[in-house]
Amino acid sequence: MAERTIRIWRGDENGGEFVDYQVEVDEGMVVLDVIHKIQAKDANDLAVRWNCKAGKCGSCSMEINGRPKLSCMTRMNEYEPDELITVQPVKTFPIIKDLVTDVSWNYEQNKRIKPLLPKADAAGKDFIMMQEDVDRVQEFRKCIECYLCQNVCHVLRDQDKKGEFVGPRFMIRLAGLEMHPVDAADRIPQIRDEFGSGMCNITRCCTDVCPESIGLTDNAIIPIKERVVDRYYDPVAWIIRKMSGADEKREAEEKAADAKQAELQKTV
Amino acid sequence: MSNISEIQTIEHDVIVIGAGGAGLRAAIECSKQGLNTGLVCKSLLGKAHTVMAEGGMAAALGNVDPRDNWKVHFRDTMRGGKFLNSWRMAELHARHAPDRVRELEQWGAVFDRTEEGKIRQRNFGGHRYPRLAHVGDRTGLELIRSLQDYGIHQGIHVHMECTVLNLLLDGDRIAGAFAYWREKGRFVIFKAKAVIMATGGAGKAWRITSNSWEYTGDGYAMAYDAGAELVHMEFTQFHPTGMIWPPSVRGILVTEGVRGDGGVLLNKDGKRFMFDYIPERFAPETADTEEEGNRWLAGDKDARRPPELLTRDVVARAITREVKEDRGSPHGGAFLDIASRVPEEAIKKQLPSMYHQFKELAEVDITKQPMEVGPTLHYCMGGIAVDADSQQTRVPGLFACGEAAGRMHGANRLGGNSLSDLIVFGWLSGLGAAEYIKSLSSKPEINPSQVEEARSEAVAPLNRESGENPYLLHEELQTIMNDNVNIVRTKEELETAIEQLEELKKKMQTVKADGASQYNPGWHEALSLHSLITSAEMVTRAALMREESRGAHTRIDFEGEREEWEKVEVIVRKGESGMEVIKQDRPAPPKELADIAYATLEELEGTNG
Repeated sequence: MAERTIRIWRGDENGGEFVDYQVEVDEGMVVLDVIHKIQAKDANDLAVRWNCKAGKCGSCSMEINGRPKLSCMTRMNEYEPDELITVQPVKTFPIIKDLVTDVSWNYEQNKRIKPLLPKADAAGKDFIMMQEDVDRVQEFRKCIECYLCQNVCHVLRDQDKKGEFVGPRFMIRLAGLEMHPVDAADRIPQIRDEFGSGMCNITRCCTDVCPESIGLTDNAIIPIKERVVDRYYDPVAWIIRKMSGADEKREAEEKAADAKQAELQKTV
Repeated sequence: MSNISEIQTIEHDVIVIGAGGAGLRAAIECSKQGLNTGLVCKSLLGKAHTVMAEGGMAAALGNVDPRDNWKVHFRDTMRGGKFLNSWRMAELHARHAPDRVRELEQWGAVFDRTEEGKIRQRNFGGHRYPRLAHVGDRTGLELIRSLQDYGIHQGIHVHMECTVLNLLLDGDRIAGAFAYWREKGRFVIFKAKAVIMATGGAGKAWRITSNSWEYTGDGYAMAYDAGAELVHMEFTQFHPTGMIWPPSVRGILVTEGVRGDGGVLLNKDGKRFMFDYIPERFAPETADTEEEGNRWLAGDKDARRPPELLTRDVVARAITREVKEDRGSPHGGAFLDIASRVPEEAIKKQLPSMYHQFKELAEVDITKQPMEVGPTLHYCMGGIAVDADSQQTRVPGLFACGEAAGRMHGANRLGGNSLSDLIVFGWLSGLGAAEYIKSLSSKPEINPSQVEEARSEAVAPLNRESGENPYLLHEELQTIMNDNVNIVRTKEELETAIEQLEELKKKMQTVKADGASQYNPGWHEALSLHSLITSAEMVTRAALMREESRGAHTRIDFEGEREEWEKVEVIVRKGESGMEVIKQDRPAPPKELADIAYATLEELEGTNG
């Protein structure tokens, strides 16, 4: 099999450098296989995160020849035989060591999101939901939290506005909850005021890199932005809501769902 | 770090080790019971091995076939386990799985739906009725994400990328655990009144495995060292369908859902060979013609299920035999064909990750070509011996659940019974730990000398000037297990394995980790060798003792099930002078459960309650 040169970034928060490794590449190998081979032979302490090696856990995100990818799903034969392959950690998050970054910020964002709140009449009972009504929600739930979308989002990567925008991963989490057929919680005010839905300028970079082919921009972020606009900036929709009492209805529904949860907690 | 008083100490009522489905469910329950709960995991939250589970979780909801009920599920589980399962655990599992699945839906899981809008259920090997609640072929991801997204709002303290190395005892009871943070390489002491092991299995002791890097038998070894017993360790499940080509993906799982949804196994001559391998016990409930199998698939309730859906042990052995007798596929497996049986769009809808996995890793389009598959080490039926109701081991304060615990699945686990096991016994172990902590009259204390010993053992590989490469020792172990403790076993091979493992243990004493302690996978690998080798030795010694073939344990020198071996189980524990392996009598089954297990289906259908 062919010998190739792989250039890997080695270092930590204090800085580092690219180091070249020569490695024999066998048929069918992915980039992560090559990294493991180097690790076993030449660099026992080379840090890389990985778990499943089957594209299901989203641990092994890195930038390969400048492109954010899952290294376990990137085959070596995608590259020309004499092409130098350069591997470096994702840029948006702080370096821990070598290819490993500190992604804990993402976990903090998830905690800020109100989880599913079943409507009072569905709580404690089997949900009746039609497949076509959950197809979209299921699309978002395919997310493996590889954070490649967070890594390429301009707001997070170039502008470093992590305090103002939760990023595409959590926009689809929010969209999945907002579109859930039995959810009673209202997250729209928070989506506008705290999660920064207005920050996204729809460049679709997140959608481009998603290994699960989730339509982040078109199916989640744009519809969520539209819901925010409908609520706050559309005078016609505002009048209709006022006339029909939709705001009050929504609030009452959320209150009833909260009360039902409290009641269920007591009976457990 | 010389003085142990400088080591960080974190105190919780209970710590749960492992954050897969079982650990997360256990932690949620502990928290609901009012315990200060720590959840410690080797990886980032949401990345545990559960995420790889594909097909579904078994629960007799009866949404697709109303004839299903817990008794039929229980009967299927016992028959699949060749009657070695703990009767009580199999009962608890079958009774409680439906409520645990419904609860997941309340917490945010979005399962595939039936026409009526209920949770859809699919067919799987060994299950009489469509029973597996699922989300396409990514059910494990749905399970872990649902528990994670719910769990983070329950006040659980999550400690990520933290590896537990030893349990700490006060006398014979649990006092806590000793661990290290991967990021900085610093040590930490967890003080706790109870510990729940949810560490999964030990599949990484084999080369060809569907398991992720975390599966190094940590819980087995820690519980063993702390004085717990292990049971059924000889039963290691080889999933019949792992990828076999190209070499770098060998072992990656191909869900049983492919066969549940109509896929068939063919040899190189294009023959559906599973019709030749129907065991007597299952013959009355298995189709004997392709025509009947097809009718069953089309939903004919009078037809019997096709033989591709026999239990995993049977299918794995059949593929092995076909290959051995020269009827295998080009790379030494069988063909799994769904392309000619299910329309392209349906394959993409029901098996999306299989479609992508083969397309991207093997350049095979499963909607047009057959897959090549072969057995891969998938699951340890054996594990830490626990009380069926409380999940407590014989070490006071030490609990275990999920794959880390033993006896639930007997000699062979049915597909889909693992995810349901996680949520049923995760829940019960949380209740068990809460009960135990309530009953304590005094608080356990940490023994500093245990901490010192654990610390010096842990730093030894870093401090050596030179020594063995940990990665190569791990590879050596995988070779030993793949060559000698595989799907069919003999006395000679098992004895060879034991000799080689003894040699490997000596080498392990001189393992050297290069570099510093900060996020050092080589050091981590060095530290996991003890668990890997201890687990491998338990499996090998137990396999040598069990002189029969039952379920996933096949001895060519002792063919067939032997009645006397149904009455005993093999127990492994730490003795004065090394590993003790003993035969222990099993209690007689409770009459009402035996009646169910040996009943005919007609007697059980429609008897929910």
